[in-house]
Amino acid sequence: MTKPPVEPPGEGESPETTGDGAPDRRGEGGEHAAHAEPAVSSPDAEPETERGEVTAEREALLEAAAAGVAPQPDQTVKVEAPPLEKPHSWPVRFLRYLVTANAVMVTVYSLILAMIIGGILIIVSDEEIRGMYTYFFSRPGDALSASWTAVADAYSALFQGAIINFEQLSLALNGESEWGPVLRPISNTLTNAAPLIFTGLAVALAFRAGLFNIGAQGQAIAGAVGAAVVGFGLDLPLGIHLVVTLAGGALAGGLWGAIPGILKARTGAHEVITSIMLNYVAAYGLLWVISTEFVHSEERTDAISKSVDNTSWLPNLFLDANLRANWGVLFAVAAAGVVGWLLTRSTLGFRMRTVGANPDAARTAGMGVPNTYATAMGLAGALAGLGGAVIMLSSTSHALTPAVVGNVGFDGITVALLGRAKPVGVVLSGLLFGAMQAGGVQMQTVADIPVDMVTVLQALIVIFIAAPALVKAIFRLRTSRGAGMDLTMAKGW
Amino acid sequence: MSVLVTGTRYGGYLPVLHRRRTAHGRGFPLRLELRGITKKFGALVANDHIDLIVEPGEIHALLGENGAGKSTLMNVLYGLLTPDEGEILIDDVPRTFGSPRDALRAGIGMVHQHFMLVPVFTVAENIMLGREKTTGLAFLDRRAARREVRELSERYGLDVNPDAVVEDIPVGVQQRVEIIKALTSDCDLLILDEPTAVLTPGEIEDLLEVMRTLRDDGKSIVFITHKLKEVKAIADKITVVRRGTIVGTAAPSASEDELAAMMVGREVSLTVDKDPAVPGEEVLSISGLTVTDERGQHAVDGLDLELRAGEILGIAGVQGNGQTELAEAIMALRPAVTGTIRVNGVDISNSKTSKVIESGVGYVPEDRSADGLVKSFSIAENLVLNQYNRAPFGNSLTINPDVIAKTADERVEEYDVRTLSSRAPVGSLSGGNQQKVIVAREMSRKLNLLVAAQPTRGVDVGSIEFIHKRIIAERDTGTGVLLISSELDEVLALSDRVAVMYRGKILATVGPDTPREKIGRLMAGVTEDSETSPSEEPGA
Repeated sequence: MTKPPVEPPGEGESPETTGDGAPDRRGEGGEHAAHAEPAVSSPDAEPETERGEVTAEREALLEAAAAGVAPQPDQTVKVEAPPLEKPHSWPVRFLRYLVTANAVMVTVYSLILAMIIGGILIIVSDEEIRGMYTYFFSRPGDALSASWTAVADAYSALFQGAIINFEQLSLALNGESEWGPVLRPISNTLTNAAPLIFTGLAVALAFRAGLFNIGAQGQAIAGAVGAAVVGFGLDLPLGIHLVVTLAGGALAGGLWGAIPGILKARTGAHEVITSIMLNYVAAYGLLWVISTEFVHSEERTDAISKSVDNTSWLPNLFLDANLRANWGVLFAVAAAGVVGWLLTRSTLGFRMRTVGANPDAARTAGMGVPNTYATAMGLAGALAGLGGAVIMLSSTSHALTPAVVGNVGFDGITVALLGRAKPVGVVLSGLLFGAMQAGGVQMQTVADIPVDMVTVLQALIVIFIAAPALVKAIFRLRTSRGAGMDLTMAKGW
Repeated sequence: MSVLVTGTRYGGYLPVLHRRRTAHGRGFPLRLELRGITKKFGALVANDHIDLIVEPGEIHALLGENGAGKSTLMNVLYGLLTPDEGEILIDDVPRTFGSPRDALRAGIGMVHQHFMLVPVFTVAENIMLGREKTTGLAFLDRRAARREVRELSERYGLDVNPDAVVEDIPVGVQQRVEIIKALTSDCDLLILDEPTAVLTPGEIEDLLEVMRTLRDDGKSIVFITHKLKEVKAIADKITVVRRGTIVGTAAPSASEDELAAMMVGREVSLTVDKDPAVPGEEVLSISGLTVTDERGQHAVDGLDLELRAGEILGIAGVQGNGQTELAEAIMALRPAVTGTIRVNGVDISNSKTSKVIESGVGYVPEDRSADGLVKSFSIAENLVLNQYNRAPFGNSLTINPDVIAKTADERVEEYDVRTLSSRAPVGSLSGGNQQKVIVAREMSRKLNLLVAAQPTRGVDVGSIEFIHKRIIAERDTGTGVLLISSELDEVLALSDRVAVMYRGKILATVGPDTPREKIGRLMAGVTEDSETSPSEEPGA
């Protein structure tokens, strides 16, 4: 009922397309100005370069055709030309962009909203400040300044822990300190981001094939195990060992991920159920694996595996050996590039997208739908497995522990959602979440705000992303052309 | 049923039980007037100063191609859209409708093209939805709802069982449930949006009968359609809409050609010019084919058929006699239980769909939204949906977006797909243009056999003409065409031979000049040699 009952803009003159044509006609503006009715300011009239390439001549032909007469461009156009908008200068367009509910701006506004609510939570959770609010009306300054200080301290710590530490920066500039500590926040951010990007890609790729991969956690665990076993079990030269170790992680994760895929392909079992359940199997399987004689560390009695050989360690990203960041993040970005290529330029990707968007049409077009499901889940699992391998190789012990992958698989779902299941988006949102996790530690030590606040912030961001109508209403944004904004992911669950 | 209603204006001898006499739902005929209704979507003017008067108790047909603005106008009237200009008058009183609720209260009901019923509920439960009555404490008064359905069903000859579960009943009956739903909310003017698009010929007859009954009972009906025959059969007055404006009104006595010309703004040939077929080699040979449907019934039952290159074999038949299953079996989308399907002498039964496509079989699926297109994909991507991994569009590893885009522009031009860009999503096109995308995809590769199932269903007149010409042209290049259509006119106009399908078998194959009555009898299962009268045959 509520679906906008717009008669399909039949003859291809959808409102946007006429708007799009506008910039192209600037040249003949004089002629058209006479026909242009002023003040038809349509919110949809944002010029969009990709479609703007349509030539005026072609438009003329189409309009002529739509009018049901033989194409005689010169005559018909003048009569049929719809009212045109004057093209705006770029600052106007930029400002318009800022107040339009497009994918990027909704994300930005969601971040702002999450920060605001996070600030309120910081204030409310501080007992001392709460106390000040009891005498708010006699001395409001106390409460307000204390609130401001608490929130500012927290977010400043978050920022300094994630991006750059100003204190260290000034020390280094004065030559009183090494440059290493200045880069430490960035280093931590990149270290955290790498596995998040991998698991985010794992969820996003499966999603594009119409699958909800909730099993990235289990796949990451499997990947960590696979990489560890290859890492300490084989004795290979430097370089080759790293490649083989990562391959082991990808293979193990891929096999783990393929299980729900194959079950779905063969029996129709829903991948959400099977992949969630396999998370438990993987989590407790990890405990068992660590306890086996082959895997368990000989020197230690607690639950930790042998350390992988240093030939399979990921090389450091920075020269300073004190900085944790390693090549993991480079591999993650490369993986995003590969996934991007896969989805847009490869046969397999075309098939996965088709199956994801309309399995019946895919079947009718001769695509093997079950095979595609299995392949997509296998590939997704391999990506998550790489994430597990990277997180294991980035840990200080370079070994398996019961919590080696942390929550990286589940966080991957949020990363994919924030990144709107697109590779570039996943990289950006992975970096953001990596930064928040790095800053969260600093926030806890410096501003005494529990690190869990970061998780709350992440959750709030995603809630706002998933409810764009709310963001739109709060900031009074204009409706975007692509109002759907690929939010199918949030809605599909 | 006609006996029941003759001379029965509102009230009549039947007790008027279901009418709440409120200020609005008055239960007597209503005069509707639209004055200067204008609705714009951005720069597109969907309705341009439309004036329309629907007199009490008339069936007013709103005729126009897909995308002409009919549905927009009705959505304005039903309160789903707010007009930019103009006013709606009911019995000369200006009204504004902010929502369908307002429209309903003013006595206007609408039956949408896509039904809004809960499939797992019974008819009575669906009728109750939204205005549940309770007995005593909190128990739903199912009995009252059932009684209401039964009364309306009898009153208007609708023949609906209140206890049937909606998903189990045929589409035609579901539509009647929608009509009952509208009637129970005291509407005096009923909007029927493309009501016949989903119906079989028999169901269409029944619907027209129901519409007559409703009119005779004093209801006004706005009948939106692009099918000329139905308009002529039922309408009291015809208003033709084209490109958002009213181009004229006509009496039902106007000829189909005149109406078609008004609709599309040019002369349209409804009969298809074609040269006699030059049949060549046998391209499709089916013998003893049995295919089961979802319920495990033999939908295709030992069917034999042969088709030669360069001819069109039309499959006529009432929908649901196994046509869908036949097409799907040829495309290997549905397993053949027994029998063989040979294309150019090679048995392709139960092979892979991709193999069938590779062997030069083109397929226009019956349901283009579900099976033919990916709506979120661009036109360009949809044009290569089954060729993306073949030269020149790609190979087994990669696709070539540049070639795909370039070819798409050519196809859009060649097949007259009305869009400004081949990168626009297919879902943004009108039905006719979507169908042209499928036709373009299937016909722009070398075919031996084309299976076209309902190729013009829900397609506007201009596109129908175009698609028909393309099918003939494809035949003339030496392709064998299997045309499956529930529109007998289409089958007769295009086919070189007509095979009548009944209960999973080909009952007879006749020439296209065979009298319609004879084909009609065959469609009902009566053959020349069998002297069985239709009444003895269990209904189709």
